[in-house]
Amino acid sequence: MKYKSVFDIIGPVMVGPSSSHTAGAARIGLLARSLFGGQPDHADIYLYGSFKDTYKGHGTDVALIGGLLGFDTDDDRIITAEEQAREAGLHVQFIKMEEERSHPNTALLHLVKGDERLTVEGISIGGGKIELVSINDYEINVSGNYPTLLIFHKDTFGTIARVTTILGNNEINVSQMNVSRKEKGDIALMTIELDDEISDHIIKEASGAEGVDRVIEMKES
Amino acid sequence: MFNSIDQLVETANSEQESIADVMISQEMEVTGRSYLDVYKDMERNLEVMESAVEEGIAGVTSTTGLTGMDAVKMKKYIESGKGLSGDLTLYAIAHAVSTNEVNAAMGKICATPTAGSAGVVPGVLFAMKEKHDVSREDMIKFLFTSGAFGFVVANNASISGAAGGCQAEVGSASAMAAAALVEMAGGTPAMSAHGFAIALKNMLGLVCDPVAGLVEVPCVKRNAAGASNALTAADMALAGIESRIPADEVVEAMYKIGLTMPSALRETGRGGLAATPTGERLKQEIFGGQ
Repeated sequence: MKYKSVFDIIGPVMVGPSSSHTAGAARIGLLARSLFGGQPDHADIYLYGSFKDTYKGHGTDVALIGGLLGFDTDDDRIITAEEQAREAGLHVQFIKMEEERSHPNTALLHLVKGDERLTVEGISIGGGKIELVSINDYEINVSGNYPTLLIFHKDTFGTIARVTTILGNNEINVSQMNVSRKEKGDIALMTIELDDEISDHIIKEASGAEGVDRVIEMKES
Repeated sequence: MFNSIDQLVETANSEQESIADVMISQEMEVTGRSYLDVYKDMERNLEVMESAVEEGIAGVTSTTGLTGMDAVKMKKYIESGKGLSGDLTLYAIAHAVSTNEVNAAMGKICATPTAGSAGVVPGVLFAMKEKHDVSREDMIKFLFTSGAFGFVVANNASISGAAGGCQAEVGSASAMAAAALVEMAGGTPAMSAHGFAIALKNMLGLVCDPVAGLVEVPCVKRNAAGASNALTAADMALAGIESRIPADEVVEAMYKIGLTMPSALRETGRGGLAATPTGERLKQEIFGGQ
């Protein structure tokens, strides 16, 4: 089931005017920021469907910027996010896309800081609830309801076992897990949703495991 | 977890609990949080709703000027004593309009289940407070009951205007409010389900056609309609009137109607009222050549 909590329905507390186009957009920005590990210097934001048609009226643009700046859905600073972004040195460009995506409320964020780059695609499914559907072109399905590990790794035997063994040894329970890849033998992406937040030393251990390329931790939103 | 209204009613009956308590128990189980934590969070949401109602009644205007100050008009009208509807309905209308005017003005609200439909549930709830002096605890329970019904809609159909039209937003909100009104007034869980079904049936097919894509016209007034529809449905259910079509099947019908709705009528601002000459003109005035 997509909605698990009563507060998905009665909530969130938010700055208006739209739960999907304002609050959801802020949450997509927030999750993208969390995945990026902080604020980018530049963001190209591609808008699709209803996001593209109505973003001005719904404040989708300022909400996405606000999210990238770390503002939550009920943060008044969303209203003046463009100004705040200038002060914080965040440059944002919006691009309207005609192409149809799987969901009418889709935003694709391409984040840059120095050499670091990350592309995150999020959908806003209603009532402020969102899902991340791709990261760097890898298909994923992350709600942000649980602490999540995104692990880029070599698509060879044994890597998944090594990572889950590390989690097991540290008594971390996996609630959901998914693996996706673009091509056989290339770099693949493990998405692991956990019951609890995990400490930095476990992430370090997983980062050092044979076959693991990069580990990104996404904290509960 | 319950995933149908049938199950929800059954659980409430077999556990001899209110629907609100079934919802609270599930929330505690899913999140591992205590009763008090869950209760307090809902209390905070209630406080946000109350502030929004008060803010709108005092008078707000959106940045575009399309909406605002109508809650003030309603309040004065109620005070004049000339209202055609009963006071409960008039207050529900005033508070629903008030909340949505605050939302349109980028004020702080609590989505129930969405921001565009955020006026319906608080609208009837604060009308009940005004006219029937309900306790704070009953008001918080009202929100859990609304949430339980909304939970089923969100998981089995949709609560997004972009996916299912306004029936998924104001329609869902109205049905949630009707069910909670029935429980608050002492009706059985089955009566709540009938109230829910009647309210949602009356909103089936409602399209999402906001002028200039803004959550203003017709959203604010539709919240008033959703609130008064909730009262109508709740009264019918409390009178013992039953919905011929069971609640879960109404939800499914809503979902299927949403799937066949053209995208111009699903929150794209391209059809319906948005595409009227006046709708187009207003859009031009607000956004110019953009």
